[in-house]
Amino acid sequence: MRPADLRYLESHEWVRLEDGIATIGITDYAVEHLNDLVFLDLPKVGDDITQGESFGEVESVKAVSELYSPVGGEVVEVNEPLQEDLDPLSKDPFGDGWMIKVKVSNPADMESLLDPTAYEKVLEKDA
Amino acid sequence: MHPDDRVLFEKSRPDLSAVQTPKPALPQNTSAHSIDQLLPTELRRHASIGLPGVGQLDLTRHYTRLSRKNFAISTTFYPLGSCTMKYNPAVNETVVTDPGLADIHPYQNEDDLQGALQLIFDLERYLSEISGLAHISLHPAAGAHGELTALMIIREHFRKQGDNERRTVLIPDSAHGTNPASCSLCGFKTVELKSNSEGLVDIDDLRLKIDSNPGGIAALMITNPNTLGLFERRIEEIAKLIHGAGGKVYMDGANLNALMGISRPGDFGVDIMHFNLHKTFSTPHGTGGPGAGPIGVTDELEPYLPIPRVVQEGERYRFEEERPHTIGRTRAYVGNFGVMARAYTYIRALGRDGVRRVGENAVLNANYLRVLLEKHLTVAHPRLCMHEFVLTARRLAKEHGIKATDIAKRLLDLGFHPPTIYFPLIVPEALMIEPTETESKATLDAFAGAFRQIMEEAVSNPDLLHQAPVTTPLTRLDEVRAVKQPELRWRP
Repeated sequence: MRPADLRYLESHEWVRLEDGIATIGITDYAVEHLNDLVFLDLPKVGDDITQGESFGEVESVKAVSELYSPVGGEVVEVNEPLQEDLDPLSKDPFGDGWMIKVKVSNPADMESLLDPTAYEKVLEKDA
Repeated sequence: MHPDDRVLFEKSRPDLSAVQTPKPALPQNTSAHSIDQLLPTELRRHASIGLPGVGQLDLTRHYTRLSRKNFAISTTFYPLGSCTMKYNPAVNETVVTDPGLADIHPYQNEDDLQGALQLIFDLERYLSEISGLAHISLHPAAGAHGELTALMIIREHFRKQGDNERRTVLIPDSAHGTNPASCSLCGFKTVELKSNSEGLVDIDDLRLKIDSNPGGIAALMITNPNTLGLFERRIEEIAKLIHGAGGKVYMDGANLNALMGISRPGDFGVDIMHFNLHKTFSTPHGTGGPGAGPIGVTDELEPYLPIPRVVQEGERYRFEEERPHTIGRTRAYVGNFGVMARAYTYIRALGRDGVRRVGENAVLNANYLRVLLEKHLTVAHPRLCMHEFVLTARRLAKEHGIKATDIAKRLLDLGFHPPTIYFPLIVPEALMIEPTETESKATLDAFAGAFRQIMEEAVSNPDLLHQAPVTTPLTRLDEVRAVKQPELRWRP
């Protein structure tokens, strides 16, 4: 069910790179383990974000969790409706539940990320 | 809903009252003192203030009925531990309600406050002896306020040294959420430290984060024992690394209960820490107060402590305001005096040996319960713990669909308050259990028995656990709606 063209962070963020634009979200595993989601805080278009650093927060009834960015660059699009209604994040984390699009400043950022097999291994270790 | 469960406003009848107010003593409507002259009509309320009307006996029944719905330390075992409430000896209340302490004011003549000032001065000495830190300020109003005050002192210290580049505070991933929040309020950037497989600070990660921040480390905020209930065995080495990088070691003293009288933060490299008087030194609190979060500091950081200080001159005590390097005033007067008086009483009643036995029994009780519960659920870090330990329901969730929440809710049916769940964040499906020092073996055995029953039900009747609690006035609440659309007051 996890798309094959994604790369991942161990902290359960995913990224898809197309024509220099990275789409970023969190995985189904993350969504399931966060429990009931209540708030989402995303950056603004034009903000610069850094690989490995926080670009926002997601809050569940249990805790506030940082969102870490798999790549660095400039935010070019934000999934605004998602901040009002978190349902798509629970139902379709790899599709309508995407969070931000980033113009990647260094495509080599992608090389340090986990491929689908490596991410599955992380989940197995976690289980 | 049972009619007796309605709020007082719903039970109200205008002809009833639980109190009779005396007639006003001032002359009414004489020409010299007409009420219009005393207070112009536009400043006066003309409608009723809308207090509910109930008879005195009905009022007593209303509140007694409510109080019986409480899960409280005075009715049930409370494995939330000291974070919420440990046993608060009744003698504390006798002392703080003494008019000599309860009916004084900080603006009274100092000569009339000597007893209170001595209490403050002596309590500072006791906390100093317990922590191994030379100087104490009792001002901060609670733990997180103590964190903030301490960070302001660290910031001021570096500012006075002309060192304005130290903007980073290191915080382990097992820390209390207040730690990064205090940093953020104080303008520091936080960097998270990983825990190793033992649940302790990963020294290699610590070195890495220090090396990647040359000249930038202001402090480490460390909780010891940490929130997993584990003592940071390499704390001296950790402190040396931070000091070597020019930073200060701050200790979150939330878990001091386990160390009291046994191990002193000042001796293992801590420069500055906070205490939770309301927690470790027994004051009724929870649901927001009152608390007291004193801080302890080394000689080096003493000049920055908040004002006023209480100082001794010969036989006399006085407030001291003239302190050129102070960070200033952080709290009205000297803090929450009632909490101090209770902590003072607690320490004096126990004495040096008694304080040590608190720590010993807190650790003994936690380990006894850990070994009992290990038979039923996985302990996240199975080894000797301090005053608390963390279980994980991860396997149970996977195999039987029973989560930490379900266990917690079912405990309510079995007559126990649930423990902390889903914290610390680094343990999935966490249940954190802190029995505290005052629980008997029989109580701990009974709690373990309830746990055993729940584990059997998880296999035989999982639906029961998903529906729990079934014996409480209300069952599962809509937590999402409570966060997104909070209704904070009753409306007609």
